[in-house]
Amino acid sequence: MNFQQALRRTLYTVFIAVVLAFFAIPMLWLASAPFDSDPGVGLRWPDWTLDNWRITFDHPYALGSLVNSILLCAVATIVTTALGTLAAYALSRVRIPGRDALLYVLLLLSSVVTGTAAMVPIFVLMFQLGLINSQYATGLVIAGGMLPAAIFILKDFIDSVPRSYEESARVFGASPTQVLLHVVLPVARPGIATILVWAFVQAWGNFLLPFLLLRNVEEQPAAVLLRTLKDEGGSANLTVIPVFSLLYAIPVVALYLFVSKRYGFRFHGGIKA
Amino acid sequence: MAAIELTGLSTVYPNGVRAVDDLDLSIADGEFFALLGPSGCGKTTLLRTIAGLEQSSAGSVVLGGADVTRTDAGKRGVAMVFQDYALFPHMTVAQNIAYPLRVRRASRQAQQDAATTTSAGLGLSALLERRPNQLSGGQQQRVALARAIAMEANVLLLDEPLSNLDARLRLEARTFLKRLQRDLGLTTVFVTHDQAEALALADRIAVMSEGRIRQLGTPKDVFQRPADTFVANFIGSTPMNLLTGTVDGGLVSVAGARLVPPPDVPLPDGAPVIAGIRPEYLRPATEGITGTVSIVENLGVTSLVTLECPGDVLVGLTVPEHEEPTVGAALTAAPDPGRLLLYDGETNELLGTATVSA
Repeated sequence: MNFQQALRRTLYTVFIAVVLAFFAIPMLWLASAPFDSDPGVGLRWPDWTLDNWRITFDHPYALGSLVNSILLCAVATIVTTALGTLAAYALSRVRIPGRDALLYVLLLLSSVVTGTAAMVPIFVLMFQLGLINSQYATGLVIAGGMLPAAIFILKDFIDSVPRSYEESARVFGASPTQVLLHVVLPVARPGIATILVWAFVQAWGNFLLPFLLLRNVEEQPAAVLLRTLKDEGGSANLTVIPVFSLLYAIPVVALYLFVSKRYGFRFHGGIKA
Repeated sequence: MAAIELTGLSTVYPNGVRAVDDLDLSIADGEFFALLGPSGCGKTTLLRTIAGLEQSSAGSVVLGGADVTRTDAGKRGVAMVFQDYALFPHMTVAQNIAYPLRVRRASRQAQQDAATTTSAGLGLSALLERRPNQLSGGQQQRVALARAIAMEANVLLLDEPLSNLDARLRLEARTFLKRLQRDLGLTTVFVTHDQAEALALADRIAVMSEGRIRQLGTPKDVFQRPADTFVANFIGSTPMNLLTGTVDGGLVSVAGARLVPPPDVPLPDGAPVIAGIRPEYLRPATEGITGTVSIVENLGVTSLVTLECPGDVLVGLTVPEHEEPTVGAALTAAPDPGRLLLYDGETNELLGTATVSA
């Protein structure tokens, strides 16, 4: 190895180390700060204590907001996955003129619908319907925003389920419902699992819509509450925030691991090419 | 058990393609029937129309005496094996075989019994807990057959049953399929584009092209007396010699030989005709078609010899092993009695049997 090669290798390793540190430091902070007697914004070896946890559990809204988040995400995820799957199946199998154009327009508009441009109309709509401060309604609005993208992705998955599977089931006398339940859904399962996790993560991190539509602090999800975690002086409450952040991160990781293990992001092969 | 009656059947796709065109066909109870034709001839569409997967535009489908033209696919008592087998990848072999019973909400015990008995009959007992992707092509095919049999249908439809197997396995599967069909005595219709497969398996063959049946008959009929030049071209592993000529003074001259047309067919002078003779039915002789040996192709037991005849006409004939002529030598070949056919040059239809004039 000559000097130039060694230099290049060294620089490369240093670069990788810097990049790694950039991503690893916040993670390490999240792992250590909740157990530190005096958590700060910097990273250090913790002075072990569980006091932060006691204080967080005593916080009037912290745990409640996490429960709110789970409820909100459950509604949004279930609605998105269920309706998305059925719509994608229909769009994949039924020929309607302008189907692809419809999908692209939906996809384009969906980024506007739940984005900042639609903030005021959505608020006014929900206000006039009397649905402000309703967690279920907020879940539906979030689901509405995610549906086009979910349909778009799921349609690709369902397109890849060979039609002969369905025809075969039909010849054996299966009703359309049986075809869907016995054949299409199980074969498209990896795609549905992907959408399930994706929808949950999207809804879990959604700040704007719950912030607009849930005005009572008792109903606000964790993503909104995090913003209000301040001490008496008005600066960030570094006793509660680290613990809260760790708790906030757990469900997403847990869901991913569960779905990956139970349903698997993988494909079976059954058609011989 | 059921016979199949198709009357005036047409299937037209939304884009206007007449895949099946005003077709009449009756298939007897227990018959092993082949639909044979090149790709795009409508054979698969016809099969799918019988199964109920395509809706016919006109005509009727009668199965076992009952008109099922407007009946849903699952209620016709028809089982089908798809070209790709369509085994459900998320189910085990046993679940796949028992699926027709699961659809009918049969008891778990009945499903299990059906899977056990049917799989035993097809030599699949050891594979019941496997998934389709853990099976070889031949095993997958047998599972697909077992699933169709477990349905206890009256009619079995097979879409290109052997096309997904490699050449060696195909022969084995062919024998297996023929024995299975004979044992079950089930009316079976299969689609193939492989003429050898159709000849080997079927009791009767319908040769199709452009949504119509060109010839209907036993493998022997179709091979020995093709009804027109399309069928003549399509059937046979070595292409049939089709030699164009014209009628002159009551005789037909092709490739330097003079043929006597069938006596019952009046042919005016100058009428175009096509003489058809299979290479297998031509033998070296003292009189007949004479030409120079230009190519000798070894086919195993026989060799295919190509003769260059007067007027740049190429004639093929097969000769047994050890009797191959040398390239460049002159050779005269004569057709076996009754094997030289004459076709109309305009309609391409069979006129009758010709003989070589002495």
